[in-house]
Amino acid sequence: MNWGLVGSYVPFFVAAAQVTLYISFGGIVLALLVGLLCAVVRLWKVPVLEQLVGAYIEISRNTPSLVQLFFLYFGLPKLGILLSQEACAIICLGFLGGSYMAEAFRAALEAVPAVQHESAQVLGLTRAQAMRHVILPIAMKQATPSVVANVVFLVKESSVVSGIALADLMYVAKDIIGNNYDTLEALFLLVVFYAIILIPVCLLGTYVERRFTNGR
Amino acid sequence: MGAEFLFQGATIERLLGGLLVTMRISLFSVAFSIPLGIVMGVLFTRKNRVLHVILSFYLNFIRVMPQLVLLFLVFFGSATSIGINFSGEVASVIAFTLWGTAELGDLVRAAIEATPRQQYWSAYVLGLSRRQTFRHVILPQALRSMIPPCVNLITRIVKTTSLCMLIGVVEVVRVGQQIIDFNRFEYPYAALWTYAVLGLLYFAVCWPLSRLARWLEANNSLRRRHRERH
Repeated sequence: MNWGLVGSYVPFFVAAAQVTLYISFGGIVLALLVGLLCAVVRLWKVPVLEQLVGAYIEISRNTPSLVQLFFLYFGLPKLGILLSQEACAIICLGFLGGSYMAEAFRAALEAVPAVQHESAQVLGLTRAQAMRHVILPIAMKQATPSVVANVVFLVKESSVVSGIALADLMYVAKDIIGNNYDTLEALFLLVVFYAIILIPVCLLGTYVERRFTNGR
Repeated sequence: MGAEFLFQGATIERLLGGLLVTMRISLFSVAFSIPLGIVMGVLFTRKNRVLHVILSFYLNFIRVMPQLVLLFLVFFGSATSIGINFSGEVASVIAFTLWGTAELGDLVRAAIEATPRQQYWSAYVLGLSRRQTFRHVILPQALRSMIPPCVNLITRIVKTTSLCMLIGVVEVVRVGQQIIDFNRFEYPYAALWTYAVLGLLYFAVCWPLSRLARWLEANNSLRRRHRERH
């Protein structure tokens, strides 16, 4: 391994890490929104929407993210829906993560004791108010460990966006391997940068899980 | 709608051929992962510090790295660092086996550690040695509770094999791209249809497996509750 080369490639990887972080962040926010919406729809058993959400979750969980991404990026423009690479990547991660987040929220929402729903109703809160002020705050705490696990999963899945030529960590590594044959240096930096991004999130996950299980 | 190309020539046969490669990679990876995962899980429960540190490092490394990075490490890393040139398919099987072994190893460890103490006591009282207890009492129970997560792992591996095309394996997604390129001028909608069909193919493989895993899980917890009541 040539450490001088490693040093010279660091700026490329820093720029690429920003792309990875930006795409992941967008995807995670979208996934949280989609997941929450789906979980509430399933909890309230909204007719029609409930079936749609069920179908969405099955499709999202049983097809590879790469195929979802290619469908968005190469397939949809044929129908006149042209999206930028970044938009495609974020929507793809949101679509993929939404179903995983939905499961996390659903499990947490169902774990809220019925007495909380009943008490809120007795106090004269509407269903939406009860959800907003009573049920969600309780469920959020319960859902946090699995949400953090999903966040790690989504950051890892963001590596597939290199497939549509977005210059994330994976893409830059592939570029250096292909153009300069500096394979070991590129792979080393790739591993180091993913570790720098993901180890703190994983540690946070362990901390959150320990704290919440002890607190109960 | 311009989907006729799907039924012309050998398109469908080619897609199914690609799916065969996908399934071959998945099945080999799972077949290697199961025994290796059991060995790793058993070693994990040994109270050996050095072994524990090594295995934890391995597990956490695999957990933190995206599967695509593992593929790259095996495919490109092996050629430069140890001078062995794996084909894309072999590299994929190795990378997924490394991943599957880590995941299954952790599951086996958790299952062994979750076995109630009474199981050990009862076995010792009956005169079984430690080795016999482990072999005939603890392991069979641990392995049974592992079946649902194992089926889940298979679906995850099947989905992840789509990444193999990025290191040049001609599996089902890559075949799909070739079909799109071939039909590009005659059938402008080829990309839309082909990726939809690809999604459908994966769904047809993964959905039944997911359902099976869910059913097994429900069955397992039912049986457990039944046992606890009596």
